[in-house]
Amino acid sequence: METVNIELLKQLYAVMFKIRKFEEELYSLFLTGQMFGTIHQCDGQEAIASGVCANLKKEDYIISTHRGHGHCIAKGISLNKLAAELFGKSTGCCKGMGGSMHIADISVGIMGTTAIVGAGLPITVGLGLSIKTRKTSQVAVCFFGEGASNEGAFHESLNMASIWKLPVIFICENNLYGFSTPVSKVMNIKDVAQRAKSYGMDEIVVDGNDVVAVYDTVKKYIDFVRSGKGPVLIECKTYRHKGHSRFEPANYRTIEEVEEWKKKDPVKCFKNILKENYHQKEEDIKVLEENINAEIKSAIEYAKNSPGPVAEESLKYAYAN
Amino acid sequence: MQTNTYNTMAEALRQALREEMKRDERVILLGEDIGKFGGAYSITKGLLDEFGENRVLDTPISEIAIIGAALGSAISGLRPVVEIQYCDFLTCCMDQIVNQAAKTHLMFGGQMNVPMVIRAPLGVSGSRAAQHSQSLESWFAHIPGLKVVVPSNPYDAKGLLKSAIRDNNPVMFFEHKLLYGSKAPGDVGIQKKSEQSSVMESATDEDYTISLGKASIKKEGSDLTIIATMIMVHRCMDIANEFEKKGINIEIIDPRTIVPLDKNAILNSVKKTGRVLIVTEEYPRCNFASELVAIIVDEAFDYLDAPVKRINIMDTPIPFAPVCEKFVLPNKKRIVNAIEQLLQ
Repeated sequence: METVNIELLKQLYAVMFKIRKFEEELYSLFLTGQMFGTIHQCDGQEAIASGVCANLKKEDYIISTHRGHGHCIAKGISLNKLAAELFGKSTGCCKGMGGSMHIADISVGIMGTTAIVGAGLPITVGLGLSIKTRKTSQVAVCFFGEGASNEGAFHESLNMASIWKLPVIFICENNLYGFSTPVSKVMNIKDVAQRAKSYGMDEIVVDGNDVVAVYDTVKKYIDFVRSGKGPVLIECKTYRHKGHSRFEPANYRTIEEVEEWKKKDPVKCFKNILKENYHQKEEDIKVLEENINAEIKSAIEYAKNSPGPVAEESLKYAYAN
Repeated sequence: MQTNTYNTMAEALRQALREEMKRDERVILLGEDIGKFGGAYSITKGLLDEFGENRVLDTPISEIAIIGAALGSAISGLRPVVEIQYCDFLTCCMDQIVNQAAKTHLMFGGQMNVPMVIRAPLGVSGSRAAQHSQSLESWFAHIPGLKVVVPSNPYDAKGLLKSAIRDNNPVMFFEHKLLYGSKAPGDVGIQKKSEQSSVMESATDEDYTISLGKASIKKEGSDLTIIATMIMVHRCMDIANEFEKKGINIEIIDPRTIVPLDKNAILNSVKKTGRVLIVTEEYPRCNFASELVAIIVDEAFDYLDAPVKRINIMDTPIPFAPVCEKFVLPNKKRIVNAIEQLLQ
């Protein structure tokens, strides 16, 4: 960050903190049997959502995955609508029809989260095509994991976006594991970013646990993308603290490895940076955190107390009029 | 004003695309070789010159990305029409169609419409062998959220395609390869392999649409109902005309769309004749024809005078050798046998 903007730094932290606390709250709701279905949590990966989305305007698009709560929060979804969706309520952003893996809120540019690995990339290409055709100055961002880069959809999408110079930013969150499988076992190259090179894009790798690095990298490329010069892929190296889903214990990873990465916890580390490098007072940060805690608590209450859909509504959404 | 007629299904489809592209600038075309080359079956010939490369996009051979590109642009303000070169190739992009496009409206609580059309040629067309001859329409009829259109003649094809483009849902629009060059009777130059029958109605350049979900009664009759789709409509029509000379009146119904389905037209006919034969070119297991049998048995059982019969392509991948290909098809011999059994 060339010129230090304290307000922006606090905002980057606030978004990360909100995601972390929201995910923690959900986890305890699951543990106590208050929620149904499944969840895929992003604890440990918050810096990517926060750093990327701080560069986006409301009208810019994102597409995300089953591990998408963080991206949606960072893009500005109302916590009430998000929480209510996770509880399957009519007040949810998708009226209770989508659930945790299928969040969308077109009012803030969240064009959907899909739970088929790699499937979001081609759809984001379509958003880019639409932006180009309609001649608006939006960008379309696709979040996906490193596992998706072994899908055909990834390669078709990078190629198509590149030949048509579409305004798309591909954000690869490389958290080192596809469910239980370490990336080293399923990829014979060091970085996913190397794959971008074969489609005529730069090879960009960034520390995905460093919110400022993520922010700066996206900022560096976004005007290029917005002005129609072509897509970029940014690989963000990161780590998920929890298992793949719900209560999955992730015992395919060593305790040492997990502990090593927890030392690089993006939320805690950045809080220290705010205090030590930018002289933010603990009590000021506390106020910010307490406001967020209150917002989350109120969103969960809102969700719990919201009406659910009636069973007959099931048949209302298969087709549009 | 001079009025034009479009005597082949290829011309009718091209005219439908042209009219809708003129009418609505949000309509774009995507597909392999559809630009200067005009598509594997020439359906989009000339449209690149007319509408430019921002609206007629030649794509890489990337079926997943093509459908994704259509879906993404459909949820953000465009109305894409995709050409997948052969229906067989749809198997390469099933996730984008089945898990993404078909579910978008429900999953996101109705926030987004998906106004997109996927056109694909299907059917046996003369030793194109196992991977270029299939009729997979019922795969898609199985999936809630998709509509499925199966036109049998130029007039219908134009009106149905225009409706499909104006529809706010993903529509699978299938075109039988042997019907592309088919002309209405009386026209010269009927292609050797093409079907000709009295129901091969030409399209006009009137701005008409045909509602999805409205069957067409191609021939009225009282002795037996044949429900047939696409090229089988014509094959059955020829056979019905022969039976007519023997004093047997066969009713022929062309559903025109599988989803939505005009159940009433079918049930009314069944109630009138009491004998039903269904003829489609799909594989026989779990297909549209079996769905029709289920509906008829469920809702018109008491009116039946004989078991409902189905003729489909045989239960095998489609072989190359002409004699074998002809054998597995719902050919005249098989259809006539079934009719005779039903009338006994």
